[in-house]
Amino acid sequence: MNIDVMSIVYAVGTLAILGLIFGIILGIASKAFAVDTDERIGEIADTLPGANCGGCGFAGCNALASAIVEGKAKPNACPVSSNETYDRIAEIMGMAPAENAVRYGARVVCSGKNNIAARLKYEYDGVTDCVSAMRFGNGTKYCEFGCIGLGTCAKVCKFGAISIQDGVAVVDKEKCVACGMCRDACPKKIIEMVPYDSSIFVMCHSHDKGAAMKEKCTAGCIGCRMCTKVCPTGAITVTDNLAKIDYEKCIECGKCVEKCPKKIIKIDTDKAVFFNKENEPVSVTPKN
Amino acid sequence: MLTSLFQIALGAVLVENFIFNKFLGCCPFLGVSKKVETASGMGMAVTFTMTIASAITWLIQHFILDVFGLGFMQTVVFILVIASLVQFIEMALQKMMPALYSSLGIYLPLVTTNCAVLGVALLNIQNDYNFIESIVYGFTAAVGFTLAIVLFASVRERLEYSDIPKSFEGLPIALVSASLMAIAFMGFSGLKVV
Repeated sequence: MNIDVMSIVYAVGTLAILGLIFGIILGIASKAFAVDTDERIGEIADTLPGANCGGCGFAGCNALASAIVEGKAKPNACPVSSNETYDRIAEIMGMAPAENAVRYGARVVCSGKNNIAARLKYEYDGVTDCVSAMRFGNGTKYCEFGCIGLGTCAKVCKFGAISIQDGVAVVDKEKCVACGMCRDACPKKIIEMVPYDSSIFVMCHSHDKGAAMKEKCTAGCIGCRMCTKVCPTGAITVTDNLAKIDYEKCIECGKCVEKCPKKIIKIDTDKAVFFNKENEPVSVTPKN
Repeated sequence: MLTSLFQIALGAVLVENFIFNKFLGCCPFLGVSKKVETASGMGMAVTFTMTIASAITWLIQHFILDVFGLGFMQTVVFILVIASLVQFIEMALQKMMPALYSSLGIYLPLVTTNCAVLGVALLNIQNDYNFIESIVYGFTAAVGFTLAIVLFASVRERLEYSDIPKSFEGLPIALVSASLMAIAFMGFSGLKVV
């Protein structure tokens, strides 16, 4: 076999020279086109979660980082991060530790399970999207306030925290970071941000009157005010036939949960402490 | 002259679409086509790179490789050229056109090793195009790519809201619809400027 040594030399030589030339050009270019970026932007971006969820209102974690450096956003603007992250960002910015925000969690306030509690008007067979279903008589349920359950919130959740169970969206507390995307996406506006540590919820969003509500859904607030009467701290108010808990006043005694005739005030963690009739704390396992 | 350029353009955009006919650039076609917005961004970045790469690689081929009789080095040299070119463009854009950089920036690195870009450089040489024709071919092939990826992204946006059998959700249904689109584009074969 006849090997032309020179062609190998040429080939290697050309590639080496071309590589060298491009290397030099790129080297010069990186100096010539160097952009002065604040190094704090990179540091803050590394500290942020990096999920680019958009919960802060900026285009992503990098955008938020530059906004913080430019002073357009506060160090604790990221709704997803923990207090340690806020402190670290404040440290990078040379600011005093940010005032710590209360951690929130999203909650779908509806317990109208399809055909179990809530009656359905019709069988929906269209595009699997709540906004679309809204166009057909405000959704499939007779209750105008209830969860449609087609998972528009689940689709926008970047953290996979929402699942649909029996036609009602359920938020997985462990995965939820309270970015607020689901709250904004929900056409019924039934997703609320509640303090992460709270464990008692009014699981209904209906403003219908009691008699009308009973027709539509067996798991609906009828505005009977039993909870307001039993609440020792006056944390529950009923407006427009719907009970609402003020979490600053709520002491999580659980009396409302026991009293609610419709069983729509619910507890969902096992750490909730209940008081018996003698006002002694008793632990109760969560009921559905 | 103009007719032949138009013929090249028509061929590159519709008849011999890079994705549906030549199967080049399938990776970004499936990877970056979930939203019309990102798809058009990617399409723009590809158009930008392919046009410039066609010009540079043509010059390299005719003034370096042909002169030294190193035609067989085409592929390696072109990869080198394109990779450094994209790097260079990225740096230059960041400095000179920050607005364009922020809209194209994240897609440019993805284009670096895109086979469509290398493909257009090699095809220019294979088809014996002259300098102008190469640039037109590079640009229009990229326009064809953009057309395909934007159309496909619109289809996928609609798919998001459809009731798809569990086993077909995600990529399987995307592949099925991509093949249906390829069949639709087959309808263009035989289209010619007389």
